[in-house]
Amino acid sequence: MDFDYSPSEEAFRKEVRDFLKENLPPRKERGSDFLANWLRKVRARGWVGFSWPKAYGGGGGGLVEQAILREEMALAKAPPLGTSFMGLAWVGPGIIQYGTEEQKQRFIPDILDSKVTWCTGYSEPNHGSDLAAIQCKAVRDGDDYVVNGQKIWTSGAPWSQWIILLTRTDFSTTSKHDGITCLLVPMDSPGLEVRPIENMAGDRHFAEVFFRDVRVPVANRLGQEGEGWKVTVSALANERSSIGEVTQMFSKLDTLKELVRATARNGRPAAKDPAVRRRIATFEMKIAAMKYNGLRYLTKQIRGEPLTSETSVNKLHRASLEIEMDDFAVALMGQAGLHLRGSDDAVDAGSWSKSSLSWPNVVIGGGTPNIQRNIIAERILHLPKD
Amino acid sequence: MNFGFSEEQELLRDQVRRFMQEDLPLTKIRTMTKGALQLDRPLWTRMAELGWLGLTTPESCGGLGLSWVDATVVLEEAGRGLCPMPLVSHLLSTEAILAVCGKKQRMAWLPAMAAGQAVCTLALYDEPNWLHPDAITLEGKRVKKGIRINGRKPFVTDAQYADYLLIALRVDKQLYLAAVGRDQVTITPQPQMDLTKPTASVEFDDVVLSESALFRLSRKQLAWLTDCGAVAVTAEMVGAADAVHTLTVDYANQRVQFGNLIGRYQGVKHRLADMYVDIESFRSLLYYAAWTVNNAPGELPRAASLAKGYASDAFAQIGIDCIGLHGAIGFTAEYDAQLYLKRSKWARPAFGDSDYHLQRVATLGGL
Ligand SMILES: Cc1cc2nc3c(=O)[nH]c(=O)nc-3n(C[C@H](O)[C@H](O)[C@H](O)COP(=O)(O)OP(=O)(O)OC[C@H]3O[C@@H](n4cnc5c(N)ncnc54)[C@H](O)[C@@H]3O)c2cc1C
Repeated sequence: MDFDYSPSEEAFRKEVRDFLKENLPPRKERGSDFLANWLRKVRARGWVGFSWPKAYGGGGGGLVEQAILREEMALAKAPPLGTSFMGLAWVGPGIIQYGTEEQKQRFIPDILDSKVTWCTGYSEPNHGSDLAAIQCKAVRDGDDYVVNGQKIWTSGAPWSQWIILLTRTDFSTTSKHDGITCLLVPMDSPGLEVRPIENMAGDRHFAEVFFRDVRVPVANRLGQEGEGWKVTVSALANERSSIGEVTQMFSKLDTLKELVRATARNGRPAAKDPAVRRRIATFEMKIAAMKYNGLRYLTKQIRGEPLTSETSVNKLHRASLEIEMDDFAVALMGQAGLHLRGSDDAVDAGSWSKSSLSWPNVVIGGGTPNIQRNIIAERILHLPKD
Repeated sequence: MNFGFSEEQELLRDQVRRFMQEDLPLTKIRTMTKGALQLDRPLWTRMAELGWLGLTTPESCGGLGLSWVDATVVLEEAGRGLCPMPLVSHLLSTEAILAVCGKKQRMAWLPAMAAGQAVCTLALYDEPNWLHPDAITLEGKRVKKGIRINGRKPFVTDAQYADYLLIALRVDKQLYLAAVGRDQVTITPQPQMDLTKPTASVEFDDVVLSESALFRLSRKQLAWLTDCGAVAVTAEMVGAADAVHTLTVDYANQRVQFGNLIGRYQGVKHRLADMYVDIESFRSLLYYAAWTVNNAPGELPRAASLAKGYASDAFAQIGIDCIGLHGAIGFTAEYDAQLYLKRSKWARPAFGDSDYHLQRVATLGGL
């Protein structure tokens, strides 16, 4: 057991730090072309798609370096390495694993260059947690599939150019996991309509997406017909160490501590209130647990041992922290905690009240806590399916 | 970057696990802990021969010179089987001697301890629920021939087994560890919930110790030993929690009600999943804390508090819920789940409950 890094890993950390020193000016000093330049520079370093094969423009990097990169970026509160969030998170890895050569050449560079934004069309009005039961229909017609049906909660649909879409091509299978086919569809396809939905925080980043006789070339099918479930599952499993996420949570905790230090309750400093202190320490305990869980899982991966579903452990911690930390902040401030940006009485420009209304992004978006518990119970503890 | 165990450590783990299954199964522990307690000396000697009693003892003192991560492996497996042998007391006594004694005593005592010939325990605080230098209230008075001690040390774990005891006390406002033989004091076993953690009070009746049996205990050393204690106890908690969780998962995979395995009902399976999350988490925190003991001692206070702060309440709730998930069978004396519930209660206040540790995390974190 050691937490040391090899000389080449240390050198890489230094490279990242030096880069950040040079290329990440304080927020106020950033010009309007900052982001474009930033994206170009990190791309030139091979840091976007860090672990993807070099043959397709990725960095060909290892697990530990990737963890170092994410940690340093999060520590520096740097902007993302690319704006094609879902493209980088699972569409790209899915295409690399299951795509045809032509698809790889066509889609991967645009994801790496932040030129194309992808959204994910999995959930349907009647099929959320029970994803494998989707009904959106695709029928083969010559060199095309003709798609009819509806998706919902599609994040980023209003501004995405492409959607990775789960459809059903066979309604006669005995297992719902069979007969699913994954298609890559341009959002400007005739017959495709996007209707944004406003969420409780006032944002409109997810949407309903309707398909009426949308024609998708067979060449845009990802993986074989009927193989869509496998493609989805392995793409979603494309999760690596959560170290960047943990670093962000530690810095959020620091912000929360600053709030506690600046707040008085019942006429006394909140930082002296044992109940307040205990809550903060509990957050720290859980974030630290996520950190060391993540390092244990990373070690397993480095040793070439497969992860089963251990990542659900940290997802459950993350979900509860996501709700509790903001909610605690809002409660701590009493009336002021409710005030939004623009109010003279808002604290921290209303950022806590805003984020306290945004937890479903994390808590519901990637599979609800109950579904994570089912995953642990069934895949790790081998308890019966319900 | 390697936050995992080495092959040797995995072998050690297998060895202890097998030992617990074959030589110290719970059926045997149940008989051992009934009635008057006597240390099973042959078994203790075997543990010494296997090297477990000198894991952290320097090679120059007859030990293996390994680390607390290795010791954690042994304690975790010992905890899994609710080992009633004084492994934690032994490890802490070793650490105490290394911390406060000079070369002469180290060379005199540590080899005998590592060889299993001398059993030793450590007693720090007199208050049942306060970890603070002021919670050491036993006092010695300076007299001509040395230090005279009158009084009672309560809550001494494994005192029944001990040949020697290291007892914290104060003399003229300074803290010391006194080394006494079992014949110099009166050891009175005190019944307490967890029979696998024998506890006694130790009475001093006009005991006069020479200065050479007294060792200055700085506040820093006291804090160090307390943190080491938290790490050691939490290591046992990881193994014990894992064991009772596995027992309950197995039961849920076999008991049928309403035509289904009870493990199919989410009231059962989700609680079992949440327990898994907790055990995984305090396990990771514990491994890190164990690593800090030898590799980053400055980090030990926070790391120990994170681990014990998590484990104290999580294991206590696991102990309760594992009984509940069994139904009435879990309430029976014959069924093993209850033994783990008792261990969880014993472990909760040992070397600090969640309140102590989380308040400290807050302080160390700048609040
Ligand atoms: C902010 C946000 C962004 C999203 N972005 C996308 C996206 O980009 N693309 C996309 O395809 N989808 C997206 N989703 C949808 C998301 O994947 C689903 O909301 C999620 O899978 C849950 O499905 P549901 O909303 O239909 O709830 P349901 O599945 O109907 O669940 C309702 C409740 O029942 C519980 N439940 C369901 N099944 C079980 C069970 N077996 N056992 C116990 N409890 C159960 C759930 O935990 C939940 O509490 C997004 C959702 C949110 C909130």
